[in-house]
Amino acid sequence: MSGSVLVFVEQVEGVVQKSGLVALQAAHELKERWGLSSVSTVTLGKGAQRAAQSLLQYSTTNAYFSEDSSLESYQAVTYKAAFVDAFEKASAVVGVAAATSTGKDFMPRVGAQISAGQASDIIRVNEDGSLKRPMYAGDVLADVEILSEKKLVTVRVSAFAPLEPSGSSDGSVVDLEFSQSEAAAGEVINFEVSGGDRPELTEADVVVSGGRAMQSSENFEKYIYPLADALGAAVGASRAAVDSGYAPNDWQVGQTGKIVAPNLYIAIGISGAIQHLAGMKDSKTIVAINKDAEAPIFEVADFGLVADLYEVVPDLTEKIKGVKAG
Amino acid sequence: MKILVPVKRVPDYEAKIKVNSEQDGIVTDGIKWIVNPFDEIAVEEAIKLRDSGAAEEVIVVGIGPEDSATQLRYAMAMGADRGVLVKHDGFVDSSLASLVLAEVYKRGEYGLIIMGKQSIDSDANQTAQLLAERLELPQACFASKVEIGEGTVAVTREVDGGLETIKVSTPCVISTDLRLNEPRYASLPGIMKAKKKPLDEFTFADLGVDDQIQVKVLRMSPPPARSAGKKVEDVAALVSALQNEAKVI
Repeated sequence: MSGSVLVFVEQVEGVVQKSGLVALQAAHELKERWGLSSVSTVTLGKGAQRAAQSLLQYSTTNAYFSEDSSLESYQAVTYKAAFVDAFEKASAVVGVAAATSTGKDFMPRVGAQISAGQASDIIRVNEDGSLKRPMYAGDVLADVEILSEKKLVTVRVSAFAPLEPSGSSDGSVVDLEFSQSEAAAGEVINFEVSGGDRPELTEADVVVSGGRAMQSSENFEKYIYPLADALGAAVGASRAAVDSGYAPNDWQVGQTGKIVAPNLYIAIGISGAIQHLAGMKDSKTIVAINKDAEAPIFEVADFGLVADLYEVVPDLTEKIKGVKAG
Repeated sequence: MKILVPVKRVPDYEAKIKVNSEQDGIVTDGIKWIVNPFDEIAVEEAIKLRDSGAAEEVIVVGIGPEDSATQLRYAMAMGADRGVLVKHDGFVDSSLASLVLAEVYKRGEYGLIIMGKQSIDSDANQTAQLLAERLELPQACFASKVEIGEGTVAVTREVDGGLETIKVSTPCVISTDLRLNEPRYASLPGIMKAKKKPLDEFTFADLGVDDQIQVKVLRMSPPPARSAGKKVEDVAALVSALQNEAKVI
């Protein structure tokens, strides 16, 4: 194949997001595996120029950016148009984005516009050049090949390490000089942030998740939060807990929520439905606390404690604080 | 306004999915087929919109072999008014599905498309977006709330970091997320009525669509097994294991 790889890198106020560095890592692997010429990036929105500048440290050939006002708040149609603009300017044949809600939302539109097939949520670039991706909630791993000449890939954030800076900056920052020609399709009228100073779920080293057995959001506060605080962990939740209103939607770990693979995942009062396991079974160490010895979660847990969470979680929190202190 | 709801037939999510011996597909013997849960949510939302007076008709469309008409009948049993089956025996990827659905859309006068954000077999999460781009329509994906207005729709979306509400003009494509609604069960009277509702059939040739996929599955394998874990006696034992064995604290 000849041509370059263009990576969409998410940035917030000029700071490159970890998901973007994960996408960059996958992009460099694709470049090697598919024999492509170079890797370029595109950053959009307020702060995009500063983010582009920082990306030069990552062996980026051209760091495209646009801070056009049409990109100020995310919209699928506008981001697609800007990405396609950069794709053409970069003479790219492969486009990459992390499978965040943004990447998932606009990349397929790119594919429809430039007739590029997309492999979603890849977890590995195989030696033979095929791409590995989960299907059936992770019950099947499929090796796929994109048949179109231009190819798009979204990358599962928990499956690749973020690219390390190479130190060299031979590349250039390039203003896309993008202006939106397609009619604005809509407007953002509200954004309700889920809140918290906790680590981001998909970036945390440790995750503590609560299930339906928590019975209330107050119990999340009373039992899960202190344990998470003691561990410096992010807080997750099962679908049942979110559906019942005990936790916000973007704390849901599972096939159709967040996919995580932290060093330590502690599942509290979670039975372990297939859809939940799909979101956390690649964690390095899994702990399960559940009253029911037959709960499916124990099949993936490295360490299982059959006990009443209301009795043991406060004790666990205290003991961990003790370990951390001394 | 007519609402078009694409509905995909998928294996029951409670089934244990096994890779076949040729490693190029799943074992389909004994599989129970269901309506993709996210599409079921889409059907439910469309029916509610119709019943509230915002739309006059809900049309469901599926792509698949002859017997996938069963899933369309189920959607009609829930309350959809009529169905369209585009008959096809081969594998359909997101790209091909979006091309077929675009042709179906163009042959009717629809004011809205509502469909699941992803199917639980391929988990690709592309078709709604592809369809929107092909039809040059706005999209509102991962919807947890839908409010129809005058020529617009306000959709609350579940995104990383929280909930975003956007307003887009109709027609548009909405893809459903889990918490949009709780789909009704088809009642027995509904099932009986559904048998008589119209179900039109088309082929790819009728729609002028080439049977061409963009992403090919070369092989399938089961995921690597985790080595067996162990039960610990009490909290002290757990902390000790985490500290000394797993070395994670």
